[in-house]
Amino acid sequence: MRINCPYCGPRPNEEFNVLGDATKTRPDADKATAQDWLDYVYERDNPKGRLEEYWHHASGCRNWLVVKRNTVTHEVYSVVAARDYKKTHPEGVKK
Amino acid sequence: MTGYRLASGGLINREKSVSFSFDNKIYSGFEGDTLASALLANGVSLMGRGFKYHRPRGPLTAGSAEPNALVGVGHGARREPNVRATTLEISTGLVTTSQNCWPSLRFDIGAMNQTVSPFLVAGFYYKTFMWPKSFWEKVYEPIIRAAAGLGTASHEADPDRYEKAYAHCEVLVIGAGPSGLMAALTAARAGARVIIVDEGARPGGSLLFEDDDINGVSAHDWTDGIIAELDKNDNVRIFTRTTVFGRFDGNMFGALERVQKHLTEPDQDRPVERTWRIFTKKAVLASGAEERPLVFGDNDRPGIMQASAVRHYVKRYGVSPGKCCVVFTNNSSGYRTAKCLVDYGVKVAAVIDSRSNPPEEDAGGVKVITGAVISKVKGSKTVSGILVTREGDLENIDCDFIAMSGGWNPNVHLACQLGTKPVWDETIAAFVAPETGSDFLSVGAVAGRFSLTECLKDGAEAGAKASKACGHKPKPIEHFETSSDNLFSIEPLWNIEQSTGKAFIDFQNDVTSKDVPLAAREGYRDVELTKRYTTLGMATDQGKLSNINGLAILAGATGRSIAQVGTTTFRPFYTPVSFGALAGANRGQHFRPVRKTPVHNWAQEQGAVFVENGLWLRAQWFPQQGDESWFTAMKREVKNTRENVGVCDVSTLGKIDLQGPDAAEFMNRLYCNGFKLLQVGKARYGLMLREDGIVFDDGTASRLAEDHYFITTTTANAGPVMTHMEFCHQALWPEFDVQFSSVSDQWAQLAVAGPNARKTLQKLIAEDLSNEAFPFMGAQTVTVAGSIKGRLFRISFSGELAYELAVPADYGDSVVRAIMAAGKEFGILPYGLEALSTMRIEKGHVAGGELNGTTTAYDLGLGKMMSTKKDYIGRALAAREAFHRDGRWNVVGLLPVDKTQKIHSGAHILNIETKPSMKNDQGYVTAVAFSPMVGQWIGLALINDGTNRRGDEVEVWDALRDSYVRAKICDPVFYDKEHVKLHA
Repeated sequence: MRINCPYCGPRPNEEFNVLGDATKTRPDADKATAQDWLDYVYERDNPKGRLEEYWHHASGCRNWLVVKRNTVTHEVYSVVAARDYKKTHPEGVKK
Repeated sequence: MTGYRLASGGLINREKSVSFSFDNKIYSGFEGDTLASALLANGVSLMGRGFKYHRPRGPLTAGSAEPNALVGVGHGARREPNVRATTLEISTGLVTTSQNCWPSLRFDIGAMNQTVSPFLVAGFYYKTFMWPKSFWEKVYEPIIRAAAGLGTASHEADPDRYEKAYAHCEVLVIGAGPSGLMAALTAARAGARVIIVDEGARPGGSLLFEDDDINGVSAHDWTDGIIAELDKNDNVRIFTRTTVFGRFDGNMFGALERVQKHLTEPDQDRPVERTWRIFTKKAVLASGAEERPLVFGDNDRPGIMQASAVRHYVKRYGVSPGKCCVVFTNNSSGYRTAKCLVDYGVKVAAVIDSRSNPPEEDAGGVKVITGAVISKVKGSKTVSGILVTREGDLENIDCDFIAMSGGWNPNVHLACQLGTKPVWDETIAAFVAPETGSDFLSVGAVAGRFSLTECLKDGAEAGAKASKACGHKPKPIEHFETSSDNLFSIEPLWNIEQSTGKAFIDFQNDVTSKDVPLAAREGYRDVELTKRYTTLGMATDQGKLSNINGLAILAGATGRSIAQVGTTTFRPFYTPVSFGALAGANRGQHFRPVRKTPVHNWAQEQGAVFVENGLWLRAQWFPQQGDESWFTAMKREVKNTRENVGVCDVSTLGKIDLQGPDAAEFMNRLYCNGFKLLQVGKARYGLMLREDGIVFDDGTASRLAEDHYFITTTTANAGPVMTHMEFCHQALWPEFDVQFSSVSDQWAQLAVAGPNARKTLQKLIAEDLSNEAFPFMGAQTVTVAGSIKGRLFRISFSGELAYELAVPADYGDSVVRAIMAAGKEFGILPYGLEALSTMRIEKGHVAGGELNGTTTAYDLGLGKMMSTKKDYIGRALAAREAFHRDGRWNVVGLLPVDKTQKIHSGAHILNIETKPSMKNDQGYVTAVAFSPMVGQWIGLALINDGTNRRGDEVEVWDALRDSYVRAKICDPVFYDKEHVKLHA
């Protein structure tokens, strides 16, 4: 599998580390409830199909990326830098 | 012993003879021979022994699916077991031996297993070795292990080199038979970047042993012409002796290139095998088909082989496997073999066709007996004749070899490895490759198209389609005329009940036609269960020949259709791949990199003993006599540091340079304690938490300017902390205007500790180091030895008056020597990791044993560090109730009551007079040291509510050594409790 890093181009997956769900947004420290934190830190779906995940180009440019991919076919739909993803999803992704 | 070399023919070099040995006997063959063809030419057909029953075996195939003719190759460290004689190219000096037989291949005691064969049925292990349980480890397992396996590997280290490589192309063609060659040629002519791969030593596939004409040219000349054209094209790479063994996500393929496996003495400067990862836009699978054996009694006798293998030996190698053949078939393939043998002057006694009314086929004038089957094979180590049954009538026919064909199995593996199931095609009685999208096209025989004309057209179309999809303009496809356009016809024949003797389905694992129905009767009806219960298809050939026969028989036994039964799962590897090839260069000392600090050479000169610490090599202790033990050296180094001065290399600490207008705010978010108000020129101990509230890492960070921090991490967490900071900056707070970079390798860092540390350093450093000018936790840029710009931190891990001096890495060596020279008059000695660790335990500083991913700041006695005035990673969940309940295990000191007794790390804590159990467990020892200052063994431990139990006595139970030591819970600071020394 290759991941098309926006900075480096298509690179083999062993250059990357995966972290997990990228749709969660860190709760606001002033307003968040315990439930919000539980959800952010521990609760993860394990979807069959589309998934958005954080990947780190650890052996490359060291950028954190958000990879949209399919857990069944392993098709990669899109790859964007995490800092750009954050700009377009300031409140996270509502499901 | 009846095979012989034909007077002419074959793609071998008769000018060049090659001598080799098999079981210590010297034979001669020709350049271009395989071991199997050369042995057959020498009249040798017995090449191996069966796995379970030790029955005599000869080659069944002429290719990579060979289950029988497996031999040991080479000697000494280069000895390799289970090599297929049918693909092993001979070269002068080649040494080969038979396997799985004792005392010899011709007379094998193990063949007595046949007499007990009623007990060696499917599921034999599961049924026999059940009881008594205690027998398993001591009796059954050693016996099974001794009996299992075929060849024996060398126990010496592999002397050869292996490597891994990457390749990229637009069109990958797998298989260089007629379909593959046309696909590659068409794509290459269109201008695509093409890689074509073939497992054989020479491209051509079936064209190497079928001599039909293509467009009026002989198949061989046609093939040579195409290879020459591909060879000239710079956009094309041809890989021979290379097997594509796996298909992976994103159209990536794994391939094994046997660079020098065919040479007896490989060139030491080149790898013997190379593992390729091939990335391609489009792939064309042209892997062909493998001929199925027929399942009849004693079908494993040497001299019985695939009909196509007979053609292969005759036409490619100029060898006839015997003097008189009988062909047994249920499809067109058998007729081709009969005609081929007749053309080459080999006698064919009869073609036995199981079909009652087969279509008219050219058998080369040989007598055809239709509606008949072989009911008995005569001979034990060879074939001497057969008994044919036709509508109840029996007929004896003399022959010394049998060519059999039960149809063809397309090699669908690569098309199915990503999970798509193959498709049953009733007209050819076989599973064919499924459609798996436009990036992967299956052509020719693997797609169930068997005629040469179809294969050529199919390949050309796929080559055009693939190259077009890559933006090229393929030329119109030419028209093909071949001399072989008879249609393929078949009537399935799965099991021949009239025949006597063991009828093998899986030749390599010795699974017979009786085992599969037995498994079904015992409830293993699912194909995956049948496979595992009988071991059908589980040998190194992965069922290439056996699976379809096996599941057809399973279908019959369970009243289902073959399509309903389905196939087992296809997984890499297509053929066996050596561990050496998968490891590549990453073995021995190259398994992973070694990191040496900038002062490594100096430490080595001092005679340091090094220890691996992650990838790092760190000085563990400095023996004064060569053989001094770590224990006496450690005691000297601790005492000298505490009484005079010591120097220690701490360059392995992670170092991160953080700058930017938002650096202070970013620091505040990373650490649980505040860093915003830290003065410029000061260092501070910091604690990072994980978002779940558990402690992540600790270290000091210094503020070098308003917008500039220098962070150190523990050695182990240098990488993870950097990754964490990158995540925080990029994914959580990209609005922060900061930049940071790992500078771990840019700075050499030396701890100088002890009462004379200031006096030592002041000799080298221009700036005033007095306590007033540079107090505890000072951090500033300094000038070292007149000109070197360094950074000095007054921080202490040892608890002494101590400094850490960082200098650019290239100056590390000269600066440590300068420190040693400056400190000579003050009694300086280097100290290693053992002394460092002892001193930190004496001071109760937490390290890896306590920062173990389960402890909170409170558990470590550092709860007060957690700020209440700011947001930071881990704040919310560190406040959760469970982390503040009674009964947390927290860090305390531990002192054996009897001063002579030793405690061990990992030992568990029990209340006195309680037995070891999960319920009674009170915690465990995280670190121990012999303290030269206290004069006995001391320890740190995580103990249930430990902080409130100081003074209590407990038992320290060491399960490994089964010992109990009475110890007292105490304050974790054992030495200089008031911390007077570090402020001196």
